[in-house]
Amino acid sequence: MQKVNRLKPFFENLVFEREDNNMIINFGPQHPSSHGQLRLILELDGELVTRAIPDVGYLHRGMEKMAENMIYNEFLPTTDRMDYIASTSNNYGFALAVEKLIGLEVPRRAQIIRMMLLELSRLTSHLFWIATHALDVGAMTVFLYAFREREYAMDLFEEYCGARLTHSAVRIGGVPLDLPQKWLIHLMKFINDMPEAIETYEGLLDQNRIWKMRLEEVGVITPEMAQSWGCSGPMLRGSGIAWDIRKEEPYELYDEVEFDVPVSDRCDSYGRYKIHMQEMRESLKILKQLIPMYKETSPELMAHAPKYISAPKEQIMTQNYSLMQHFVLVTQGMRPPVGEVYVATESPKGELGFYINSQGDPYPYRLKLRAPSFWHTSILQELLPGQYLADVVTIIGNANIVFGEIDR
Amino acid sequence: MRQYIDKKNTQKKAYYNDRFYKAPQVPKEEVDSDEVFAKDVESLSSKFNLKETYIQRGQLVVYIEAKDIVKVMTFLRDELDYNFLSELSAIDWLAKSGEFEIFYQMLSTSKRKRMRVKYFIKEKQEIQSVMGIYKSADWAEREMYDMFGVKITGHHYMKRILMPDDWHDHPLRKTYPLHGDEEAQWYEIDKIFGKEYRDIIGPEERDSAKIVEKDTHNFARIKHEVPFGAEYSEEPVDTDYQEEDGILIVRKLSKKDVKILKERP
Repeated sequence: MQKVNRLKPFFENLVFEREDNNMIINFGPQHPSSHGQLRLILELDGELVTRAIPDVGYLHRGMEKMAENMIYNEFLPTTDRMDYIASTSNNYGFALAVEKLIGLEVPRRAQIIRMMLLELSRLTSHLFWIATHALDVGAMTVFLYAFREREYAMDLFEEYCGARLTHSAVRIGGVPLDLPQKWLIHLMKFINDMPEAIETYEGLLDQNRIWKMRLEEVGVITPEMAQSWGCSGPMLRGSGIAWDIRKEEPYELYDEVEFDVPVSDRCDSYGRYKIHMQEMRESLKILKQLIPMYKETSPELMAHAPKYISAPKEQIMTQNYSLMQHFVLVTQGMRPPVGEVYVATESPKGELGFYINSQGDPYPYRLKLRAPSFWHTSILQELLPGQYLADVVTIIGNANIVFGEIDR
Repeated sequence: MRQYIDKKNTQKKAYYNDRFYKAPQVPKEEVDSDEVFAKDVESLSSKFNLKETYIQRGQLVVYIEAKDIVKVMTFLRDELDYNFLSELSAIDWLAKSGEFEIFYQMLSTSKRKRMRVKYFIKEKQEIQSVMGIYKSADWAEREMYDMFGVKITGHHYMKRILMPDDWHDHPLRKTYPLHGDEEAQWYEIDKIFGKEYRDIIGPEERDSAKIVEKDTHNFARIKHEVPFGAEYSEEPVDTDYQEEDGILIVRKLSKKDVKILKERP
């Protein structure tokens, strides 16, 4: 009789005969719930994961190298392709870093439009997250509902800038366009419709027995672990550490709007699910406050800094000097001062940081992208051992990782 | 022949530089201007040799000696309460001084402060891993090795992370070529057919923007496409992309079959 775990090897270089019951399986890189090109090498004891080695790099496009050989404005659309679920947050992170390097003041109306876009992209990202995460865990209905609402948010983006996924709607120094007519009415409609939708998701999931069984006590990240592994965003707040960059180191007008930072002490996947849900409500709260603020502003949209930013279109078309400046800025690019800056913003996934080292050239000498998902994937090697194979999918989905920004 | 480019620094250069242009500096402030940072630097300098300290755009920058790094990081975490290592990487100064500059971006959530620890190393010099202090250094150090070839001692799994394991050279070095070299255009022909077929097949076309005689002109102008080299004509041509009696690729829509929504339902 054949012994189950003592298969005779057919290949000379492979050893199937093992002392213990362990098995090594390869998860991904083409796996529907690996959220991109994540490859995991898992060592299993029965169904229990004993060792996990995440392997990334299947989507590596060398963005940092590209950045070193592009002028600053040229690189901005490339950042869209990092976290493509919420591309405005990347555009904004980069634009803010360059503005900080130069020392630019952005007009108030542009700041408000940027904040609106940022919060909308946070909503699209969280909606996408809840949809795919629920689908991974087996709740098909939530996927359909959440994608419907995400579609409405994308419609708003489309109405504003024409693009749905890769917006590039934020520029260095401000925003290129004012809000179109009726946009605020549509936004208001979206804000009014959303709370009910969020309640629907929660109604489907909160007390759902399967959902609770699959999320509770799964993927426990202790506060010490979260700090040591450099977690940020909902991953950090799910471990009971109230750290939201919008609140602690406010940028734009986040210190003028009122919102709460949801924190959970549960440390598990279910706690992080609750945080995402609550964050959507907070985003809606911020959006609601921005509408009256927008109406009080004057219509400037781009910062006035002729050395770095082109003049408005009318001025370029009518004034010779502005045209010359514009020509120089387009052909040669702006030359920020010599120095370095690290700017962190709260993207939907966590701390998105841009480190720029400028040597006074039109090209950055070094640009380092600190993408939250990269650090949230590295924690998998400590998080997965001790969990069951079925929970691996829950944990990956719950970490909200996007491969565009892990591999860059 | 390809134009000769300096192999030491392949970074793109500005095509025009004003001789008299002197780039301004991002202002550096004294450490004393911030109370929290002043205290941090004071306690750091009592234990370690600090080469330079200043504040730039609200963040403290401290230059230390390479050999102190593990002790400094332990001190920062345990005594000064910098509980996050947000980022760590290198900057290539090989063409200028033969050195790498390594930076560690730190965050203290209790003080709400960010600082940067930096030091220089020679090209082949090995640095110590800080993985034992901050686990987040694990992948960041692997990435640094992958991108710059900075060797790290004391790391548990020193392997490339983004590039394939058998990759040659380190992409973020300034000496790394931006385009494929001359050999690369023969690579597939040599591999598949053999060197003797080089003359017959010719080099691989690596310029995606190159125009060949098979391309058509004005392909974006529907009904005005002309063959390559021909003059543009105002007369509309009825080009039908549909094969005769084939399966319909595009179904022609009539206006009355289409329902146009005024507003989203």
